[in-house]
This record gives sequence, C-alpha cells and structure tokens, in this order.
Amino acid sequence: MTGTTPKVPGTYVFDAAESRRGRALNRLCGSLKDPGNRARFTADEAAYCDAYGLTAQQRDAVLRRDWNRMMELGGSIFYVFKLAVLDGKSMQYLGGVFTGMTTEEFTEALRAGGRSFG
Amino acid sequence: MAEVIWGLATSHVPSIGAAMDRGKTQDPYWKPLFDGYAPAREWMARHTPDVAVVVYNDHANALDLSATPTFAIGTAPSYPVADEGWGSRPVPAVTGAPEFSDHLVESLIDASFDLTVYQELDVDHGLTVPLSVYCPDPGDRWPCAVVPLLVNVIQYPQPTAARCLALGHALGEAIRGYPGDLKVAVFGTGGMSHQLAGARAGLINQDFDRMFLDAIEHAPEKLASLTREEYIREAGSEGIELVMWLIMRGALGPRIRRVHETYHVPASNTAAGMVLFENLRT
Repeated sequence: MTGTTPKVPGTYVFDAAESRRGRALNRLCGSLKDPGNRARFTADEAAYCDAYGLTAQQRDAVLRRDWNRMMELGGSIFYVFKLAVLDGKSMQYLGGVFTGMTTEEFTEALRAGGRSFG
Repeated sequence: MAEVIWGLATSHVPSIGAAMDRGKTQDPYWKPLFDGYAPAREWMARHTPDVAVVVYNDHANALDLSATPTFAIGTAPSYPVADEGWGSRPVPAVTGAPEFSDHLVESLIDASFDLTVYQELDVDHGLTVPLSVYCPDPGDRWPCAVVPLLVNVIQYPQPTAARCLALGHALGEAIRGYPGDLKVAVFGTGGMSHQLAGARAGLINQDFDRMFLDAIEHAPEKLASLTREEYIREAGSEGIELVMWLIMRGALGPRIRRVHETYHVPASNTAAGMVLFENLRT
C-alpha cells in the first residue's frame, strides 16, 4: 500500500500499489472466467502459474490454495474468487477461511445479522 | 424533452440473481428479501421507462485491472451478458440507446466529467441483477433500453462521494437536456454494508445502513461529505459501493417521493437494501 492509502484494521484496501504487486496473480485468476483457460489450468497448474509469471510466493499460494496468502500478495477478492469457484468453493467458504470459522459458522453469523465491529 | 421519472437504489449481490435464475425466491432464506421487493416492483411495472441509466461496477469481467477508468459510460447498441466463469445468467441481452449515450457523453464532458467511453462492453451481475430486481420476468427482452455507467469502486482511490453526487447532478442536467421525448429511470447499485475479505469479512453495519437509507432522501450532502476511509471503516471494503447510490440521487430533482424501501440481512455476505424514489415535477 502507498503511504496515503487508509489503513483499516482487518481490511485489505486494494490500491494501485497492491494492484501492481498482485498483477500476475490477478491476471491468472481473471483468466479463469474463460472455459478454455480453466481446462489448461486444471491440466497443469504449475505450468499455468509459470506462464502467467507469478512470483514464487504467489505460485506457492495458488498451488496450496492459501487464500489468506493470496490476499496478502496483492490479490483482489473479485479475481481470487474465480479460482475459488473453479474449486467449487463459495464466498461463504472464503469468509470462513479469512475469519477462522467453518463455512457453516460464517454463514450462521451472517444469518444472525452479520459481524459487528464497534 | 427527456425527464427522469424514477430512481432505484439496490444491492447487486450475484446470489440475488442466482436465486431468481434457480427458482429459489420462495425458499425461507430468500423469501423475506423478495417479499420486500414486491411493492416496488408493482409500482415500477406501472411506470415503465424508455431508458434506464444503470450506475454500477464491473467485477473482474469486462474490466481486468490493465486499466481502471474512474467513470465510464457505454455507447453500444447492445451489451452481451458476461460469462463470469460459471456461465452467463439466463437473461436477455441488454439493448443500448446509442444516440442517447452520445448525448450524455457530450453533455457530461462539457460539464467537466471526462468519462471513458466503451463501445463494446459485456455487462456482469453488477448491472443485470439490478435489472432483475426491477423486472423479475423479462421474457425475451428487458422492458427498456439501458445505458451502463461504470464507476471504479474496487481499486483505491475510488471517486469521492462528493464527486459522485456532483456527477449525479450533471447526469440529471444532461438527461433533461436531451431533445427527444424520453422517460428515463436511473439506477444506483451496490452496497449496502459488506466486506468480503480480511479479518473483518462478514461485516454488517445495520446502524450505518439505516442512516444511509434515511439520508439518501433528504440529506445526500451529508453522505457526500463522508470520506472514502469512513465508507470503508463503516460499511466495509466493498460497502464503499454505496457511493454509486449518490449518482442516482443526484440525477433526481429536489422534489422526490419515497415509493418503497426494504432492508434485509443477509444476501450471502451482504446487507441488501433497496429504495425507490419517484421524481416529482418541480
């Protein structure tokens, strides 16, 4: 993040610097909206990561499906979500991962009115 | 002369569209939300516009971070429904209003809003879900033509809330300056409070949302004075989408009537809000 971007605890504020850092990762995830690209990715994930020029850390995070790490390495949630969908995962699943809850616990927290932060 | 006949603000959560597409609107999870829409839908069905200007944001579908236009507008004769990676929504393609778009582009640039112009654009759930909130059963075609107006809300710095309200004022002027006899609706979409990622994922701030639903009618300047940081802190990193409601509000005149409002938690990870205003003649 650049110095003037607001810092909000527990929140990724995706700014131009993050977008630059996460460029390869977000390009890869965004490409998965295309069925042909999904097939190529699934056939050889590591080669697909290399073709998109991911950093070693980003590549590792994608291959391990380390969703928190992807977000820390410049991922934008709208792009990273396309990889989650390829895996059959929902936004509630990701919400659970981001908050240390099961999908069911996270979904229930939303049904109970959402998570409140003072 | 063209006139703005109504303004609709609504969340554009993809699962709201999916619930309609999959026939789940009467499921216990979804029924309260769709019951809440019903009075507004009935009123809008009796007040069909010729054109809807839909203010929304793309979600990694037509735009890809290689370029991030702050404000953009479509000038195409039609807009395909995007395949977001799980198949296109089974809804009609969106018909454009290219001559009207051209007029808006010129008027808004003359008013110092230097919009990016798209003559090809796939429209994603950010635009099609609000159309479905308006018209749940369009059949082969939507009831009106559409002009997409895109706002960058996903990469900081987003346009300020004040700038969005000012754009709305200019949009209203531009619409009223169109020489053709058109009835126009304006949609402001996105929100309400939600945050998808980070330790605060699942954030809902009902107090903020209720304040926003009230102030959007009588005190939009108060909402326009909030900073980006305040939107992100209070409404969440994705809740900042609410600035798009201010563009709709600005396009309406000073005399409006609240036709209907509904608020429901949750729609997936989001607080879903809707408010419909009739624009009264001054």
